[in-house]
Amino acid sequence: MTPRLIEVRANILKENDVLARALRERFERAGVCVVSFVSSPGSGKTTFLENLMARMAAKHRIAALVGDLATENDAARLRRACPRVRQITTGTACHLDAKMVAAALEGWALEDLDYLFIENVGNLVCPSSYDLGEQMRVVLLSSTEGEDKPLKYPTIFNTADVAMITKMDLAAAAEFDLAAARRNILTVRPGMRIVEVSAKTGAGMAETEAMIEGLRAVV
Amino acid sequence: MHELSIALSMMEQMEQQAAKHGGAVRSVQVRIGDMSGVDCEALRFAWQIAREGTPFARTELEIEKVPLLVRCPQCGETHEAEMFAIACPRCVTPEQEILTGRELELRSMEMET
Repeated sequence: MTPRLIEVRANILKENDVLARALRERFERAGVCVVSFVSSPGSGKTTFLENLMARMAAKHRIAALVGDLATENDAARLRRACPRVRQITTGTACHLDAKMVAAALEGWALEDLDYLFIENVGNLVCPSSYDLGEQMRVVLLSSTEGEDKPLKYPTIFNTADVAMITKMDLAAAAEFDLAAARRNILTVRPGMRIVEVSAKTGAGMAETEAMIEGLRAVV
Repeated sequence: MHELSIALSMMEQMEQQAAKHGGAVRSVQVRIGDMSGVDCEALRFAWQIAREGTPFARTELEIEKVPLLVRCPQCGETHEAEMFAIACPRCVTPEQEILTGRELELRSMEMET
């Protein structure tokens, strides 16, 4: 007997995509602007977000979700800037998905928020496949990492909307080649907006804030 | 690294399909784009582990790799690009429109009869 072939032709992550689409619609209806942040571990996501949220908390209603395999440490840090922070502990999963985001939002009135920040698990590979319903995805690259990270992890740079080069205050000490890093980002993702920041000195933070505030005009 | 999650997502959809159509699944065909973020070798490995103790314990995974194909919005040239250098080889326009390469598709299932 000949085997039967069933045509499926569906995205393997269909369930996530459906959930992410529903989240995006919810965010739009509530008028909340959602930005996610991805990077390798130790690139300064949490310090950057602490700084950004402290700057924005006075003017806007903000909240954050932060993903890690274990511990509540990052949420505790971000709570110093803003009380509405929830930790998502993924256990063994190396990325956030739309289901985890939806579950973490439980009980929050999204209408009461202007901005929601999502800090993904530190990982430059896996988060690229999972849509979280965010309006903007930001990939962070620190000056203490290699300039060729974008070439090594092209998918995450290609799926992000903005690249941020962090720890610019350490660039000289790390002999960071800024021109090469910018060139590499643009090779992988031509036309990508690149912002250089230092959460420590505050350099580039005003530009970042303005960029994110600009997003809301579109919501 | 997230290939195990991908394998589990595949199985969820396969369970639904198998329940609808009935019968054991001999093999499953997937299409994985070069720019999908999924590593085919890791997925093969993850599949071996994920299928154990499930109705798909003997289901073979067949992967069709889909190249990163881009089109130049300036000159219309279509070419297969390297992920780390996608600019147009003809007119060097950097920004390219991605035609294929992001696929993460459960294409079909071959059923035992």
